Amino acid sequence: MEIGPIWRAMMRNKTGAILIALQIAVTMAIMVNAVSIMQERSEKMSRPSGVDENNIFFISSVGFAEDFNERVTIEEDLAALRAMPGVVNAIQSNSVPLSGGGWSMGLQTEPGEEIDGTGVAIYFVDEHGMDTFGLNLLAGKNFDATEIEWRERASSEWPANILVTQAMSEALFPDEPDGALGKTVYINSDEPITIIGIIEQMQAPWNGWDGVERVMLAPTHTLFGSTRYIIRAEPGMRDELMPKVEALLAESNKDRIVRSMRTMEETRERSYRGDSSMIKILTFTVVLLIVITSLGIVGLASFSVNRRTKQIGTRRALGASKIAILRYFMTENFIISLIGVSVGAALTIGLNIIMIEAFSLTRISWYLVPVAMLMLLLVGQAAVFGPARRASSVPPAVATRTV
Amino acid sequence: MFSYYLKLGWLSIRRNPLLSTLMIAAIAIGIGASMTTITVNYVMSSNPIPQKSDQLFYVQLDSWDANNPDDDGFEPPDQMTYIDAMALMKAGKAYRQIASNRSGLVLEPQGEGERPFNVDTRNTWSDFFPMFDLRFIYGSGWDDSADYNLERVVVLSKEINEKVFGGEDSVGRSVRLNGMDFQVVGVMDEFLPVPKFYDVTNGAFNAPEEIFIPFNVAVEYELPRNGNTNCWKSPEGEGFEAFLNSECAWIQFWAELRDNNEKQEYMAWLNAYAEQQKEFGRFPRPLNNQLSDVMEWMEIQEVVDDDAQVMLGLSMLFLLVCLLNTIGLLLAKFLGKSGDIGLRRALGASRSSLFIQHMIESGLIGLGGGVIGLGLTWLGLRGIEMLFGDSVENLVGLDWTMVLTAIGLAIISALLAGLYPTWRACQITPASQLKIQ
Repeated sequence: MEIGPIWRAMMRNKTGAILIALQIAVTMAIMVNAVSIMQERSEKMSRPSGVDENNIFFISSVGFAEDFNERVTIEEDLAALRAMPGVVNAIQSNSVPLSGGGWSMGLQTEPGEEIDGTGVAIYFVDEHGMDTFGLNLLAGKNFDATEIEWRERASSEWPANILVTQAMSEALFPDEPDGALGKTVYINSDEPITIIGIIEQMQAPWNGWDGVERVMLAPTHTLFGSTRYIIRAEPGMRDELMPKVEALLAESNKDRIVRSMRTMEETRERSYRGDSSMIKILTFTVVLLIVITSLGIVGLASFSVNRRTKQIGTRRALGASKIAILRYFMTENFIISLIGVSVGAALTIGLNIIMIEAFSLTRISWYLVPVAMLMLLLVGQAAVFGPARRASSVPPAVATRTV
Repeated sequence: MFSYYLKLGWLSIRRNPLLSTLMIAAIAIGIGASMTTITVNYVMSSNPIPQKSDQLFYVQLDSWDANNPDDDGFEPPDQMTYIDAMALMKAGKAYRQIASNRSGLVLEPQGEGERPFNVDTRNTWSDFFPMFDLRFIYGSGWDDSADYNLERVVVLSKEINEKVFGGEDSVGRSVRLNGMDFQVVGVMDEFLPVPKFYDVTNGAFNAPEEIFIPFNVAVEYELPRNGNTNCWKSPEGEGFEAFLNSECAWIQFWAELRDNNEKQEYMAWLNAYAEQQKEFGRFPRPLNNQLSDVMEWMEIQEVVDDDAQVMLGLSMLFLLVCLLNTIGLLLAKFLGKSGDIGLRRALGASRSSLFIQHMIESGLIGLGGGVIGLGLTWLGLRGIEMLFGDSVENLVGLDWTMVLTAIGLAIISALLAGLYPTWRACQITPASQLKIQ
């Protein structure tokens, strides 16, 4: 082929070629790293929270009157909510997955102040908790109605029995085949608690926590002044139920206000808003970048065709076919792009190393590099095709004209 | 000469509309992308109280657990316990000092049929208002006597005063909060520090609280707390009293120290206090108390979001691509005019005048790109606002600094991009070009 002459011709006017190659290299570095961030984020977003997200919503109730009787209110509210048609079940709890606010403690397998606990997110529930959240019990048993305790805000008492997720069970007892079931663990350094059941999966309220799968349920009603009801509706009934629930709670007791009613779906959307926005911005950036790079290729190639009109005419007059001219420019671009993506591969990895160090991002998947190389080679070929075709249609007669 | 070159530049830009449009578009897009992220980062890292940020110090006492696994680089807790905060308030060793925390109360309007609603509340001390240079529309902050006499007084934000009192002078009137009457002593003017430096623990870009009440009153009546609470050890015993006396950290403590001397003395006092507490068996870790001024504290708390920094880096690379693009196109353009340049050289134009002429042309392209890029920046910021919603409301404003930065950056970028092509154009010898003609 004509690689020899093309290469020598390019070497006579290096700058244009170097600029295009550099542009392709930097484009590739940005593109691959952006795609890698996008992959990381969408993986994070696709993790299930473990609860029945489509049908759950929640609402807060805050008592403000001085004679507000919180315990009676909660008991009445729960009875009324559970009796509503369309409600599968309802509980009082302190938090829900993905909400961003919650309670965590450390559990340890041996008592003692000097031992490090394993962090765990805590949801306070009653015996309806499993059903309301829509959780699966893998082993053991659920709480009994008789063991639900009432806890004041300043109390530091913990119940005798808890449920934990499979992930928490494995974190506590990594070497036990049966996991944590039936085992005693310690909270507050030395207060024993028995694990009576293992839940398949449930997320903590903080989606960015590295222990997000470590959760425990405590059989406790809270008297914290502000409370949250979690309501699970029958499929399709949620939107119809929400205003009814709000009205019911607002009317039934004037000594409190109800607020912040929100579905689990919206909670998920809010929780990952930063991540999903990042994905959108990066997608836009990558597309724009490719457009700019290809426009640059088109611009420079057009210029080079214009400048060489006379040479092209001469070649045509000397017997070169249209295809040969087309191939010349396509090959030229291919060589430049190949250099660009090769430098780009190195830049990509370099940029990734910097980002891992500065922002603890993940390493790029190896296959992204060859895929991006191939893609940018194709983009280059597509961009140069127009100018190259124009070059191929230069008539041989041009050679005979002087200017 | 300058205006002549401007005219030449303009003619040259018009002669090659496609190439010129491409160049201006490339610069505009590069500027739009980079300025959008620069603006967000600039606002996130801006100084919320420039007139005295170096005199306000966030106080951290290391009262934490001795058994923390990673002793190297362990920072003291970012909030303070009640016992320590009260000891520091009582000692009053700084010029001004405040202990404060976040809370939420229920406000019952007195009008018929008006529903109670939640108000974001800050429990704080009288020094809060002069310390942070807060301005008032009506009245003022409370006196320090109110702090100690447990007076139920309240300072309202401008918005809440409008909501409850229709914007009238409400000083002396009372509002009902969680079933108790509080007397209004002041209504604050617009107050929107970005970042919300005095409490970054509970959200660095949240809006400031709507009402402010004395800290001691909130404690006395056991009003609810909304903010972050961290305990390394559970309270010993039951009830609120036990909680107050526990090792739970939930208070932000600020001190105003007017010069380095005051700072040294205060630090020495803090260390002495910590040593004394060690004798009571508290503060089990090695001495590690810290005073950080506003900007240092923003740095420690990593107020500037990682994502924003990643985007900043990527967008600067993006600008680089756009510039490489522009260099290529300018080179193409200038070399395309070789004939003209050769002719001008032959007619006596010096290299330096050609250099100036082409740099002016590049600058013109930069100006065009900058102006359009500014429009794109505005669009980009609206896009971010749309994607992220309320949480970035305070981050997406363009001020004059940013407008000038955008245009300046565009022109500088274009001049840089123009340097090499111009140099190449100046190398053209008159003879070589005239021969072909």
